[in-house]
Order: sequence, then structure tokens, then C-alpha cells
Amino acid sequence: MDPECSRLLPALCAVLADPRQPMTDDTCLEKLLDWFKTVTETESSLLLLQENPCLVELLSQALKFQDVSSRILSFSLRLAGIFAAQENCFQFLQQGELLLGLFGEAGPLGLPAWNVPSVRSGWIQGLCSLAKHPSAEQFLVDCGAVDTIFSLQGDSSLFVASAASQLLVQVLSLSIQGRATPHLGSSDGDWPSCAQSIVGYLEESLRSGATPQITQALKVLTTTFGRCHHSWTEALWMRLSPLVTCLLEKDTVPTAHSLADLFLSMARSPTFGSSDCDLWVTLAQTLSCLSPTQAGPLALGILKLHVCPQALKTQAFDVLLQPLACVLEAAAQVPGSSGLPDGTGSNPTMADALLASTSSCAALLCQSLAHLGELQALPHSPRPWPQVLLLEATVMTLRFCSGSAVPISSVGGRLCGILASCIRVQRAALDFLGMLSQGTGPQESVTQVFAILLEYLRSPESSPTVLKKAFQATLRWLLSMSKACGSNNPDPHTQPFLRELFPVMQKRLCNPCWEVRDSALEFLTHLTTHWGGQPDFRQALLASDVPELTQQLLQDPEAYVRASAVTAMGQLASQGLHATPSGPEHPGAKQSLPQELLHILSLDSEGFPRRAVMQVFTQWLQDGHPAMAEDLEQFMARVFQVVSRDLDWEVRVQGLELARVFLAQTLGPPDCPYAVALPAATPPTSPAEVLRTLGRVQLLEFAFRALFDCDRPVAQKSCDLLLLLRARTAPGGGLQGAECNPEAVTVEAALRAWQAGEQGQPLGELVPEVVVAILRTLDLEGLQATLAESSDHVEQSPRSLLQDMLAAVGALGGHEADCY
Amino acid sequence: MKLYCLSGHPTLPCNILKFKSTTIMLDCGLDMTSTLNFLPLPLVQSPRLSNLPSWSLKDGNAYLDKELKECSGHVFVDSVPEFCLPETELIDMSTVDVILISNYHCMMALPYITEHTGFTGTVYATEPTLQIGRLLMEELVNFIERVPKAQSASLWKNKDVQRLLPSPLKDAVEVSTWRRCYSMQEVNSALSKIQLVGYSQKIELFGAVQVTPLSSGYALGSSNWVIQSHYEKVSYVSGSSLLTTHPQPMDQASLKNSDVLLLTGLTQIPTANPDGMVGEFCSNLALTVRNGGNVLVPCYPSGVIYDLLECLYQYIDSAGLSNVPFYFISPVANSSLEFSQIFAEWLCHNKQTKVYLPEPPFPHAELIQTNKLKHYPSIHGDFSNDFRQPCVVFTGHPSLRFGDVVHFLELWGKSSLNTVIFTEPDFSYLDALAPYQPLAMKCIYCPIDTRLNFIQVSKLLKEVQPLHVVCPEQYTQPPPTQSHRMDLMIDCQPPAMSYRRAEVLALPFKRRYEKIEIMPELADSLVPMEIKPGISLATVSAVLHTKDNKHVLQPPPRSTQPTSGKKRKRVSDDIPDCKVLKPLLSGSIPVEQFVQTLEKHGFSDIKVEDTAKGHIVLLQEAETLIQIEEDSTHIICDNDEMLRVRLRDLVLKFLQKF
Repeated sequence: MDPECSRLLPALCAVLADPRQPMTDDTCLEKLLDWFKTVTETESSLLLLQENPCLVELLSQALKFQDVSSRILSFSLRLAGIFAAQENCFQFLQQGELLLGLFGEAGPLGLPAWNVPSVRSGWIQGLCSLAKHPSAEQFLVDCGAVDTIFSLQGDSSLFVASAASQLLVQVLSLSIQGRATPHLGSSDGDWPSCAQSIVGYLEESLRSGATPQITQALKVLTTTFGRCHHSWTEALWMRLSPLVTCLLEKDTVPTAHSLADLFLSMARSPTFGSSDCDLWVTLAQTLSCLSPTQAGPLALGILKLHVCPQALKTQAFDVLLQPLACVLEAAAQVPGSSGLPDGTGSNPTMADALLASTSSCAALLCQSLAHLGELQALPHSPRPWPQVLLLEATVMTLRFCSGSAVPISSVGGRLCGILASCIRVQRAALDFLGMLSQGTGPQESVTQVFAILLEYLRSPESSPTVLKKAFQATLRWLLSMSKACGSNNPDPHTQPFLRELFPVMQKRLCNPCWEVRDSALEFLTHLTTHWGGQPDFRQALLASDVPELTQQLLQDPEAYVRASAVTAMGQLASQGLHATPSGPEHPGAKQSLPQELLHILSLDSEGFPRRAVMQVFTQWLQDGHPAMAEDLEQFMARVFQVVSRDLDWEVRVQGLELARVFLAQTLGPPDCPYAVALPAATPPTSPAEVLRTLGRVQLLEFAFRALFDCDRPVAQKSCDLLLLLRARTAPGGGLQGAECNPEAVTVEAALRAWQAGEQGQPLGELVPEVVVAILRTLDLEGLQATLAESSDHVEQSPRSLLQDMLAAVGALGGHEADCY
Repeated sequence: MKLYCLSGHPTLPCNILKFKSTTIMLDCGLDMTSTLNFLPLPLVQSPRLSNLPSWSLKDGNAYLDKELKECSGHVFVDSVPEFCLPETELIDMSTVDVILISNYHCMMALPYITEHTGFTGTVYATEPTLQIGRLLMEELVNFIERVPKAQSASLWKNKDVQRLLPSPLKDAVEVSTWRRCYSMQEVNSALSKIQLVGYSQKIELFGAVQVTPLSSGYALGSSNWVIQSHYEKVSYVSGSSLLTTHPQPMDQASLKNSDVLLLTGLTQIPTANPDGMVGEFCSNLALTVRNGGNVLVPCYPSGVIYDLLECLYQYIDSAGLSNVPFYFISPVANSSLEFSQIFAEWLCHNKQTKVYLPEPPFPHAELIQTNKLKHYPSIHGDFSNDFRQPCVVFTGHPSLRFGDVVHFLELWGKSSLNTVIFTEPDFSYLDALAPYQPLAMKCIYCPIDTRLNFIQVSKLLKEVQPLHVVCPEQYTQPPPTQSHRMDLMIDCQPPAMSYRRAEVLALPFKRRYEKIEIMPELADSLVPMEIKPGISLATVSAVLHTKDNKHVLQPPPRSTQPTSGKKRKRVSDDIPDCKVLKPLLSGSIPVEQFVQTLEKHGFSDIKVEDTAKGHIVLLQEAETLIQIEEDSTHIICDNDEMLRVRLRDLVLKFLQKF
């Protein structure tokens, strides 16, 4: 331990033990515990206690329960646990009967403080830290802690209950560890006494018939099997399995969720997964006797297992497919003609669950769709993957939701009524439909997919969130189609779809709901990015009003929409697709797009549109967009002037990014010895010329000012930029700096003023020599290193923590508390 | 309790409820869909309409030439439009005591009922309902009267002729009862019979029932009605809405515990959600105007138009429509816009609070102030000077058969740049457009109907739990065009009772109790006896006095000597004979104890037999039977009166007398 900390510790312990000085900040105590944990990981706890007797005093103070606040009591319990984790320290503390006092029956159990959940939690966490060595096991038995842990499992505080369950697992494994498994026969005598009492308790709980008790016992088993992979877990299972499987025989399984968790935890454990115990049979049995909603998560878990019999996987996959199979069955014109694999459809329980109510139907379908979506993304997704069936079922679900399905069967009619305008299912189905775009499908199915997507995009009934999902799914399908057909070979679905799409987009861009306008713009940006170069796309887009409407949305009252419109316009302009400003219907008035964006950058009151403008400018500059090429320097100067005054640090960072790109372009490619030598079109610009250009566009002033920005990312970015500049313009030799130049002195003075947080005067025109001099003078590396450290690195030290805690209660006298 | 159903239109109801001794008409809706069979009334001479070919029967008989014209395959009656009235033959209207109006759309047939049927009762409605209802009637009369039409066709109505006509004329019902529009004089006279009421105000009808209007959330001043006696409650739910638009929210709680809930006026477009439709309306409007086209919105002068204007107020700037003029043309446009701002107490909470700021509750005031919205009584006069295109015009009538809308359809119909957007759900837009075909103008159908949909109804019914639901037959089956949508109907237990036009329903519940008051002095004289814990009984002798449906028990008059002077007794003086009454008995006889008592009194050889209804105690020696049943005790012995009296006294010991 840091000697300085050792010095501060007695005062702190005194403060903590003093009931008149209540410690109000819990986070300090947490940090203190973290620190002690780190210290004891590397140092001997015993030594620590011996060198700092104040700590033992603090712990003994906690024994005087009446005087201690519940906060300090909980803290002391946890601290004692941390120290007692080392066996010699445990012994040391035991000698003073300190541990028995804290954790034993004479401890806080009977006191009013025990009613405070944090005290119970502290007691459990203390024991959790402590239960690491054989002496601890005996201690737990002696102090009667095990029974308390049992009762805490049903605690009213969920945190306490869950921690108690974890502790029980730890105690069980502590008690059994090291014993030879073969001795753990079925007779009670073979089990260590502590383990025996826990196992007995579990048996009793499982037999009790009361759902909360059974759930607790199952949770303990789940954690045990999940955490310990020793062979004794198998013996434990052998002993308890009859009781657990009994639970499955009831008509409705009350603890289905916990049972599923238990079996999955076992299946993941190497102890059970590989052995030939009847776990797989049990899992199959469980799958078939749980209700459809309960079986879903179990089926997903089974399908995610790496090791699992194929038959069980097939059964689990069927469970997930069944709701969708039911949908297809309900939609079939002739019963039984849905073309499903045998055993998938016509499950009466499934139909009942689907038709019971809107909420149960939506829950089941959403669960099934989400699980299938999750599976599809896995590298080992089930094979064969019924892509066509899933496509059809998803499309049909969406048609039921939109009311466009016209089923003949009565089940179909009811499903139609239940699912009509169910937004939850619509969102889930559209998500899943989007995921299905990764696979292909027969022409017919793909036509259906595009038809339903268009229906959703077009329907005034689609809510904004549903519409967003529809846009996302559409994009994924368009991408997958173009990928499948290759760029030269236009896909037969895309073209007619695009023709229909733009009138819909027009309407969406005029929607009174801003979320709709926003997602339509985002969609347009993506479309343009991917297909902006394709003649058919360009033709369809330009034939519509979409570009004009997008430009108009630059003035939208909603900031998010303006930002999206800026991005979309940027993309359209990159591809030469934006509306010509001087159309006959917009006489005069309109300015060019770069000017309009600059206007937004200077005047928009919200950050989002301004950030979007900076991104567009950066993109344009990178791509060499013609709009930028014209009078570039003057334009950049204007941008840097505006951006350096921006109040939003993200905009300033974006500005520096733009500066970096501009700098890189002005400097030309770096001299790389291995670069393929291209015939240089233009001779490389001289460093002095570069610096003069940078000065003219106000980049230098912006960068220097940003170097001392109060927002760290801005300063960091500027530092990197200037380092690059220095490396390329003022390396060792080359331009001579003018250190003693009076101008340089003035500039340095200005920089110092900025660093001190003063506004200062603009730097004015900078001579290259002066710039080089300043770049050399500035300790950019030092600055970079300082900035790289997080701003609170000083405050996070333990010493600072102790000082702060003392300062908070005024124990440090005149020392001023810093805001921690 | 009976319900006479006079209208088959589910959203324009007209029913009569006979409840206790009252006859109450619930709403007075006028079915205007009949006007769709007529040619439009053009404001200015329309060569197209006047040159339409005549339609004649297949046999070449031309006597219908003057009455029927053909346009794009449809046949129309060339005459003053006529309306389909509620049934007036089913019940004598002069017996109707009161008419309860639930909203301004449901009172349009009022003049027909109050002026021509011998009706002498009172009409109850809220103030906005009266005022806006007056505006709607005034507009209707104005639309029809300002285009006088000489001809009134009647030949086609002949039953033999009608069945030879093409659909839909052939299928039109009760054409003989169709009537021309009423006059302003009739309107004024009808409206003068209205008595104004406020929400939750209790109105006594002849002491028999109490009626109360409740806010229904659908339109300014719209109400549902609760009709209740002391022991029965009937709720009448007409057009109601749970959406947050401009009116006060619906009062659901007061509908609880109804014996019968009469449910009418649900949404006519159950599959369209008003929010989506408003979005569709705005985007189509913006797209049309951007392309230089004009937008025509056929509408009523009050109601949804307020919400549309509010929505546009927020929307026009974002859509870059600030310079596009909005015109609202109706003879009552000005009054409608101004009335809406003064009914603060009938508005939703948000709008009410604005009044205290003080600000106008509806933002259309600002639209008018900034000259973005202009209103005119008609296309003649100032409007023609100010008219600028492209523009948006709100005008009536939604049937497209009369009003200024006819002119705009003729004017703009030929260009595909223009759009007509239908927002009122009352008329089929295809039928409404039929006489204008072929039409190049774009047509958008965005029906905005904020009334309850079936999901909301099922929630409402769960909430208020009526014993019986009665509704138009249309609500008990899915719509004919979507027969698989079982969710688009009322689903409740017990199943709803349905009615159709001209049907009389006996409502499925019987009145069982009547409240009677006891005069204090009579009550004082009663001596209650507790016969079971919590239940006391007392005998009452009194005179039942019934007047104005109120029943009072008064103390019996002292038996005064009959006055000798008068020979004829007046009926009211007739005093019932008050005989000395035997005491009433109550209680039950415990058999075992009874047997013990008998034994104590010297009877022996007693045998008890159990029967289905009680017991028989056999006194074998005395050859006597005592039959003890739940509600009677018989002592059967042969001519031994002494024994019978002895036994009777023993039995009576176990019973209470009072």
C-alpha cells in the first residue's frame, strides 16, 4: 500500500466509525471496497491488518451495531469478507471472534438494521468473499449461516435473493470440492455435512409443490451446473433428477422458464453434454410438454448448442416453426395445402395459443420471429433452412396484419381479426423479412416480398416505426437482389419496384409526421449511395419530385429531419442527382447547394444539421466534388471561420476532420519509398506554399485555436493535425524557423492567452516561417500525451479517493474539497 | 319496454323508446344518401349537365325522358334532390313526449318530425348541437334554395316503373316517402322547440324517468344519454369518440351498470385509422399543390374541418405551403369558424386552458389573421376577386349534389393536376363522383371518422358491463365487403340484439320494482320487528296515492262518520274498510322440539315422517295428522275442535306474531 494512503487510513477509519459523521456518498464506499479488493489481490491481508490496526478497529466498531449506520455496517461486512478470503487472515480475525460477531447468530440478524436490504446484501457478499477456503466451510456450519442463506433465498429484495442463491452455490461447491466423486453415492452419509444439508434443502424445495421454492431450487441447480463442471455435479444430478423430471409430469408446468434454464445450463456443461445420461431424452420430453410460448426460448437454446443430437435439434426447430406454419395453414385456400413438412402444421395447442387473444398471439409470433432471426444469423443455423416456407409465412403474417389477406377458413378469419393492425407483429415480421434477404428464394416468393413491402410503404395505416422497419427491409432486399444478379445484370424485380417506389417516397417526404420524413430521407440516402450510378435508378429518381422535396426539407422545422435532408442532399449532389437550383418554378431566390449548406452551418440553431453539413463537406472534399472545386480556397476559409466559432464540440471535431482532408490534399501524397511511381501531374507543392495556402483558408488559425479547446476530443484532433503538419512541413531541416522573430513572439503570446482560456485576438496573416517556428516551439508530443490521459486520471487514484472522503466530512481542515 | 326503430342508417339513427309511461325519441337523423340518385345542382349553367342524354325504358317508351338522365352508364333523376325520412307510420308521432338529440349530424330530420306529424313535445340538446345544427340546416336549405329547379320528378317513383329502372334506382327503398328539403321557416320553428341542456344535467320527465346528457367526445356538444328510473337504467350511446381531438373527452364511467345499452353511430370506416388518414390527406395535398394543381375538399362546415385546419396549421410551413391560399366556402363559414372559438366549456382540456391565457382555442384564428385561410359565403362576390391558384378549397356538400363544390368539380375536373380529397365518410366517393364522369382530376379517399371502432367498443363494453346491448343489424355481422373480418363486428355476451328499419323490439328486460315513498307520520307509526338479524318487518295500513308517476303511502284517514248531508259519495272519499286484522305469523317449527312439547303436553305414541316438502307428525292415538311444510302447517283431525285448538296453540308458540 502506498505510504501516503497508509497515513490517511487511520483518519478515514475514524471518520467511518464515527456515527456523528454520516457518510452520505455510497459510491465512495464502493470505490473503497474496490480498492481494498485490488490491494488484497497482490498483498497479504494479514500484513495489511497488522500494519493498519485501524482497520481491525473499524471492523470491531461495527460490532456495536446500535452505533453504526446501516451503510457502514454493510460496508464492514463486505470488508471483513474481503480480508477473510485469505486463510491466515481469516484465522487472525477468528481469534478475535470478530467474524463470528459479524456473521454469526449474534450478529446483525436479529437487529432492526437487518431490515435494511443493503445490510442483508452486505452480509451475503461478505460471506461470498469469505467462502474460499476449507476453514470457511466449517465456520459457515458453526455460525449457522447456511440456514439463514436458505431463508434469504425468498427475500423480498430481488438483489438479496439472487445473491443468496449464488452464495448457496458457492458454499455447495466449496463443501464438495476436493472430495472424490465416487464416494458421493446416493446414501446421505457419503456427502459432507454442509453439502448434505444444502442438498436436503433442495430436495425438500423440489418436493414442496410451491412454485417459489421450486424456482429457487432450480435456480441454484442452474447456477451450479453452469459454474462447476466437476464430476460431482453429475452425482448431484443423479440424486435430484427424479424430483426434477417429476415436475414435467404436471398438466401445466409452473416453473417452465426455470426448468428450461436448468436443462440448457446442463446441456452446455461438458459434464452432461458429453456423457450418455438421459439429458437429451429429458430435453425432448420438456419440449413437447411445455406450452408453445414457454417452449420457444428452450428450443432456441437447444439450437444454439454446439453438441446436440440431430433429432432433438429438428424437434426444437419445429417448435420455432410451428407458429408460422399455423399462419400458413390458416391462410391456405384448401386446408392442408400449405406445403409444410410433416408434423409442422396442424398442432391444436399451437392454434389455441395463437387464437386465444391478440396479446398471446402477438407474443408467440414475435417470439418465434425473433428466435428464427437470431438463428439465421448464426454460423451453424439449422439445416435445411426452410427459406421458402419462412418467406411465405412472413409475407402472410404481414398480410394478416395489414388486412390484405382474404382467408377462407374460419381460423384464418379469426387470425385476421386478431392480427389486424398489430404493430408489434408488423415490426417483428418486417425485421425478420429483412433478415431473410440473406438467402434467396424462388421468383414467385421474391415477387411477393416486394409486393408486401410496397404495400407497407404505401399504406397510410403503417405507423412511423413500422414504416421505418419496412424501409430497412426494403433496402436489404434491394441490396441482396443486386448482389445476386451482379451490377451489370439488372434484376427483374428492382426496376418495376423502383418505378412504384418513388411516388410513394414523394408522399412520405410530405408526411406531417416528422419521423416518417426522417426515415424516408435516410432510406433515400442509402438508396442513392448504392444505386446512384445506375442509369435506371437515376432516371426513375429524376422523373420524380423526390430531389426537389428533399431540398425543401433542408428547411424543415424538425432538426433531425434537416440533418437527414442535409445528408441526403449531400449524397444526391455527389451523384449529380440534386435538383438544379434555377428551375422555372423556383425563379431566382434559390442559392447553390454549397451556399445553402453553409447557411445552415452558420445559422441553424441545432447541432445535428450542422454536424451533417460538416460530414457532407468532408465527403465532398474527399470525393473531389465539382461543387467544392470551384473557388475552393474561399469556400474553405468561410467554412473554417464559421466552424471555429461553433458551440457544438462535435461540429468542431468534424471541422478538424475536414481540415485534415484539406491538409492531406494540399500536401499531396506522402513520400513513400515503396509507392508505385506515377508520373507526377503537378510538381509537389513546396512547404512554404502549403503553409501560405493553409493560412489563407484560415485553417491554421482554426487549428491553433482548437489546440486549447476546452473539449478534449477537439484538442486531441487538432494536436494530431498539427503533428502531421509539422512532420511534413518542418521536419528537422527544410524551412528555417524564425524563433526570435518578433512576429513569432506575438503569436506565441496569443497562443498562451488562448491556453489560459482568454478569448484573445485573431492571429492575422501568418508567415510560413513563423508557423514553422511555432510548430517547433509547441510541445505537441507532450500535449498529445497529456490529452491522451483521461481527464480524471489524477482523481481516480486511491489517495485522491481517501482525501476526497476525508474532505467531504471536513476532516482535512482547510483543504478544499474538489468536486468528485 | 319497447324500441321502435325508424331509421336503418346506423350512424343517422332515429329510434323511439317507450319506457315506463314515457315515449322518448332518440335522435332524428336524416339519411341523405338518397340524393346520390339525383343530378347535381350547378351554381352556374353547366352545358355538360344540361346536355346529358335522356334515359328511356327498353321498350322505347319515352315518358320518363324528362325525369331521368344518363351519365357514363349511370342513370340520375333530374329533379330537386330528395331525402329519405325516418319511418313515420310505425308510431303516432303526436304521442312522442321528448326528442333527445346526441349531436348536430343526428338532428337533420327534426323539421320533418316537429312540423308535420302532430308532435307537441320538447326537444333536448346542448347549445353547440343547436347552434351548429342550425348552421348545417341553414347551409342545406341555402344550397338547395339558391338553385331553384322547376321540375320535381315523381313518375319514376311509381312502383311498376321503378322496378324496370337500372340499379341503384331500382333498389332504392321507400321512394314514395322521399321528401324535398324543408324551408328556413320550418327550420326556425323546429329549432324553437329545443330546450338547452348541459352535460350531466338531470332532467325529470313527468316524474317517471330522468334523462341526462353525457359528453361523448365526438363533436362540439355531442352527447350520449342516460335514461333512468329508480331501478332501471338505459344508456343511449350515439356517435362517440375516444380520440383526443377538439371536443371534451367521452364520459364512460356514467354509462356503467346499464340494464340496456343502445349502441349506434360507430365509425363507418372501421379499417382506417384517422391518424394515418390525416397523414395521407396532408401529403396528397402538398404534392398536388407543389405540382401547381388545386385541391378540393368536400366537407361539412363544422366538425373534422376544425381538426384538418389545425393539422394544416402545423404542417404548411414544413411542407413549404405558406404561400398557398386556403379557401373555406360555405354560407355559414364565418359563423362556424367563430362559433368554434366561443364554446370553450365544450372543448377538450387543452383547448379550454388556452381560453384563460387568453388565446383562441383553435389555431384557425391565426390562419385567418395571417390571411392564409379566407372564408366566403359563396363563390359569388368577393371570392371571385380574391381567387388565386393553385389553392385549397374546403366546401360543401360532401354528397357533391349541391353547394359550391359542384362548381369546383365542373371547373377543375378536366385537369389531372387537380385533386379532390374526400374526408367525410358519409357518402361513397365513387357514387358521389358518378355524375361527373369521365373525370381527369385525381381522387383521393381519406375518410376521417373519429367515432368508436370495434376494438374500442369491445373495451367500452368490458368497462361499462351492460346487461344487454342493442344495436343496428349492420354491427352484428362483418361488413359485406370483408366478410372474413370477424373482428369488425360487436362481440359481446349475451349477443347483442339487433334492429333494422321499421322494426319494433321488445327490450329483453322486465321492470320489477317501483319506488314508493312513505309519509313521515305514517313511518312514525310503524313498529318494525326483527325477524332475522338485519331484517325487520312491519305491517302497514295506508292509502296509496299516485300522482305524476310518484307513489306515496299516506296514513289512512281516521274513520270519520259519513257526512249525512251528501247522498253521493265522491270517489276520492271512499275509505277502504279497515277490518281488524289477524296477526301475521313468521318463523319455522323445529320438529324435534315440537315433538318434545307435544310429549310434555301428554301426547304419546308420536311418529314423525319426512316428506318431500317437510314433515308429518302423526299422533296415532288421537288419529291426528300435523303436516309441517315450509309455507304452511295443517292440523287434520276429525271433528275434534278442542284438540285442534290445543294443537294450534302449541304450534303458534313456535311462531312469531306481529
